[in-house]
Amino acid sequence: MSFTAADLRKGLKIELEGIPYEVTEFEFCKPGKGQAMYKCRIKNMLIGTTMEKTFRAVDKIDQPNIESKTLSYSYQEGDKYVFMDNKTYEQVELHEDVLGDQRFFLLPDLECEVLFFNGRAMTVTLPAFVIKEIIDTEPGARGNTATNVLKPAKIDTGFEIGVPIFINRGDFIRIDTRTGKYVERVKQA
Amino acid sequence: MRPRPADSDDLRDLRRVLDLRARLNDAIRRFFRDRGFLEVDTPVVLSANAPEANIDAIPAGAGWLRTSPELHMKRLLAAGYEKIFQLGPVAREGEHGRWHHPEFTLLEWYRAEAGYLEILADAKALLSSVAMELRGAVDFTWEGKPVSFAQELWEKQTVSQAFIQHAGWDPALKFDPDRFDLDLVTRVEPALPADRPVVLIDYPAPLAALARRKPDDPSRAERWELYLAGVELANAYSELNDPDEQRARFEEANAHRQRRCAKPYPLDETFLSALAQMPPSGGIALGVDRLLMILADIDSLDGVLPFRHG
Repeated sequence: MSFTAADLRKGLKIELEGIPYEVTEFEFCKPGKGQAMYKCRIKNMLIGTTMEKTFRAVDKIDQPNIESKTLSYSYQEGDKYVFMDNKTYEQVELHEDVLGDQRFFLLPDLECEVLFFNGRAMTVTLPAFVIKEIIDTEPGARGNTATNVLKPAKIDTGFEIGVPIFINRGDFIRIDTRTGKYVERVKQA
Repeated sequence: MRPRPADSDDLRDLRRVLDLRARLNDAIRRFFRDRGFLEVDTPVVLSANAPEANIDAIPAGAGWLRTSPELHMKRLLAAGYEKIFQLGPVAREGEHGRWHHPEFTLLEWYRAEAGYLEILADAKALLSSVAMELRGAVDFTWEGKPVSFAQELWEKQTVSQAFIQHAGWDPALKFDPDRFDLDLVTRVEPALPADRPVVLIDYPAPLAALARRKPDDPSRAERWELYLAGVELANAYSELNDPDEQRARFEEANAHRQRRCAKPYPLDETFLSALAQMPPSGGIALGVDRLLMILADIDSLDGVLPFRHG
């Protein structure tokens, strides 16, 4: 399967020399008497770096074999994280390198979107917000409701996160998994 | 392709731009009338355009919308009109982007018994004159960056110089059309000074299109392109007036079209037979919407067009 340059648009996923890229910026250009070209910024979907790439209208562009699956998190085994495919009930193991910091926000049965490239897991997207318990932090100053001053705290997975002064051990907080940042205190998980 | 419906709020917001456009049209017409040019109008629906390798025409009835008024204007030159200009719409299939729109306004002017350098002098005078008229100065800003239409700041680089410096090869020695286009867009254009008009001059002969080759160096053509802040504004020639060479170029353009699986275009035989009577001439096509975009300090063509193709 392949695209032509005329198919290019923001968000399109393409393959160049065996690497999957996503088009993040796209501009049509055509010098006076010259051929139509498409100036793109493309993002390497494996390592996240971006680069400029200009395609000519005649260029054929490979379509990457990318598959998206919904997986539920089960348990951890060393540096492997075991998920279950919601459709086939098959077990899928993801290495911690694929998860990156996302691994700290996993919860039992949490549903994640996983993109596979040629059958290999490439990126994992968690729900935007998860709720985690604070297992360690300095005692909170009662009555100090300022949210702009942060202190370090630890969640159950050992991840360190900045929280407002009033947060105590045993509190539950909402975390934005895209930024890894504290959002708010919640009553109970 | 149909114009996208513009809501009346959009149209009201465009008031300043439409006002500038009307003033720009006036300023252009006055500039040429003051210099003894005759304004002409030539047909918009044609039975034949000039075949170009990479320009596609939009079908209209049994023919096409014009991609340029060039062929009819040259027939006027051949009939003895010495200084003519036209300000009007042209259309090109599939060109849509920040600086492209399938329907746009082209200004063309021609001088008999002149060449591309006389046209360059006209262009310098025209741009400083319209900048004074619309912005009250030849120096102003576009997109927060200074630009100048001051006549003494214009910079001239040969295509060979620019390519040797920024892309590491000379396209006039061994021409490679694919590499030329790619390097032009990715290496040469981004390296041109952005604060003043820059003229790339003397194109490799295979890119002559309707320009004559240099009498003392047939590997290059008397053609220049004007850039401002990275935007290509105009394309000028010492016009080719040899019907046989022009026919061969049209046929080569059609052969190129077929190689890229595009339909070849019929040749305008009336134009080709008139060309033998055309005196040596200089001519130019300038994109008026792009000029307006810069003068109005707007970053894309969409912002200066009241009705846009979707």
